[in-house]
Amino acid sequence: MKYSENDLLRFYSEMLRIRRFEEEAIVLWDANMIKGSIHPYLGQEAIAVGVCRELQKEDYIVSTHRGHGHSLAKGADSGKMFAELLGKATGCCRGRGGSMHIADAGTRNLGANGLVAGGLGIGTGAALTSKLKKLGYVVAAFFGEGATGQGMFHESVNMAAIWKLPIVFICENNRYSVSTDCSYSVPVKDVAQRAEAYGIPGITIDGNDILAVHEAAKEYIDRARKGEGPALIECKTYRWEGHYHGEPQVYRTKAEVEEWKLKCPILRFENYLKDNKADSSKLAKIKEDVQEEMKSAVRFAKESPDPVPETVMDFLYAD
Amino acid sequence: MRNISYLDAIKEAMREEMLRDPNVFLLGEDIGRHGGAFGVTRGLFDQFGPERVIDTPIAEGTIVSCAIGAAISGMRPVVEIMFIDFSTLAMDQIANQAAKMRHMLGGQVTIPMVVRFPEGSGYKGTAAQHSQCLEAWYAHIPGLKVVLPSNPYNAKGLFKAAVRDNNPVIFIEQKSLYGLKGPVPEEDYIVPIGKSQVAREGSDVTIVTYSYMTKVALEMAEKLVKENISVEIIDLLSVKPLDIDPVINSVKKTGRLVIAHEACKTCGIGAEISALVNELAFEYLDAPIQRVAALDVPIPFNYPEERAAIVNEAEIIEAVKRIL
Repeated sequence: MKYSENDLLRFYSEMLRIRRFEEEAIVLWDANMIKGSIHPYLGQEAIAVGVCRELQKEDYIVSTHRGHGHSLAKGADSGKMFAELLGKATGCCRGRGGSMHIADAGTRNLGANGLVAGGLGIGTGAALTSKLKKLGYVVAAFFGEGATGQGMFHESVNMAAIWKLPIVFICENNRYSVSTDCSYSVPVKDVAQRAEAYGIPGITIDGNDILAVHEAAKEYIDRARKGEGPALIECKTYRWEGHYHGEPQVYRTKAEVEEWKLKCPILRFENYLKDNKADSSKLAKIKEDVQEEMKSAVRFAKESPDPVPETVMDFLYAD
Repeated sequence: MRNISYLDAIKEAMREEMLRDPNVFLLGEDIGRHGGAFGVTRGLFDQFGPERVIDTPIAEGTIVSCAIGAAISGMRPVVEIMFIDFSTLAMDQIANQAAKMRHMLGGQVTIPMVVRFPEGSGYKGTAAQHSQCLEAWYAHIPGLKVVLPSNPYNAKGLFKAAVRDNNPVIFIEQKSLYGLKGPVPEEDYIVPIGKSQVAREGSDVTIVTYSYMTKVALEMAEKLVKENISVEIIDLLSVKPLDIDPVINSVKKTGRLVIAHEACKTCGIGAEISALVNELAFEYLDAPIQRVAALDVPIPFNYPEERAAIVNEAEIIEAVKRIL
């Protein structure tokens, strides 16, 4: 696949935005400014960016508890996202959802979900609307390998397959569901093998290779958009943080984490760009811009007001 | 006015709403050519086709979840779940997703969706997993509306209100009522959600009830007339939101309250009504509030045992007489 320099630099910049966002989120959490837990997307940036690049404005995504990366890649405003993490009135969910329920209807992101596999059926429903009303949009449904143990995974993929819905199931196999290694909880070598049972295409790719992710996403999103039905893309990756930031991680060694950090999707892509004679001043400029964006996004969030407690009942019911 | 059955009233409401709004569609198991387990959707597949009356695999959780996604993206799905007992398989989707999403996302989405299913032990021998009454579960969840029509007229009007509502509405039918006939207008009308009604006026004792027990209570009230006892019956119609004012007004008049429902007694709707009357009209009560409800036990298959578990009609009369 041919990419323009601009395309490649955008991949780089979008991955870097997620990286810096998560680093700032961790600083805020460590400073006790974020209540509850955060599930950082560090190490998995290539997947959200590679998939969302192929999505258009009217396409939907459904996300997971590890959802900051998907939100950013689909176009959510980083300031409103930080504000949401801090529970502020200016947050994308007005401070009601927090990290685990971050959603942005304006960019057709139906949200992170506190229930594992919780978004899969919702995404299937959004794809059903597209098909019934002939709207032409597709849905990208993100989930982890742990979600494939849920009935909701089976039911959703099954329904999407029988109705040939325009949805692509993106499995981010980061190896662990909380502490459980997928070699224990998944009885096949690759999650993508499960696609065969539904009569849909399944492919396993290196989820730390942005171009591999993008090419697979393009192929199956195009296919879904043409009305040829769903597909399952398994992206093998690794999460750098624990299940949540601050989790003790007794189930793996530091050496294992360090080994995977060497396979960093951003570093790897930066090396690729340098090998292909990218202008290093442009890369430096991108780094600077992203840094600046995140700094001002955090500032916006910190300076934003809390919601007024009296509004607690607002939006419980629609008129 | 013509008389039609409760089942036909719901079907007619569905048909009219589907004709009125192209975004309304039906989703459920065996609702197409088969017409649904009780025949409520029979004939609609032939009229509207497989894209408006959609048969699904057996997957209650994802049926509801799929309806949520369709509702958020612009449709008005009506889900049929064969029995309320099976809705427990969709509890995450109803309780964690549909009920919460609008509030949790700060008003970014609306979920105009109806989930309908029958409850009750009216068909002899359906036993423990096809006979429950779970309205109190749903009424406990903020973000849902829960309605239980008691006759053909309010079934049609409430169904139309549910379809036009912009929130998830749990529409609970009662198996024994499907054949009940009553007057239903041919013109369009709504029975508003969240309004209870005086189903019969009286002066001695108030009976608060809903769904099938409204029919039973009305029959018992007739019997009590012969004993010179005048019963006022309030039909809740919605248990969420709960319209308590007509109950309070009636208790102020009669000073005596019996609450009757088909569901188990413990933590049932009756407990909520009782608490509200204590809070709002305690000084008007001339006698302790009485609850008539099923035993806290799964519904047995054996018929005499089933009768022992569910509410016996005579219990309503006994409860009334106990506080006179």
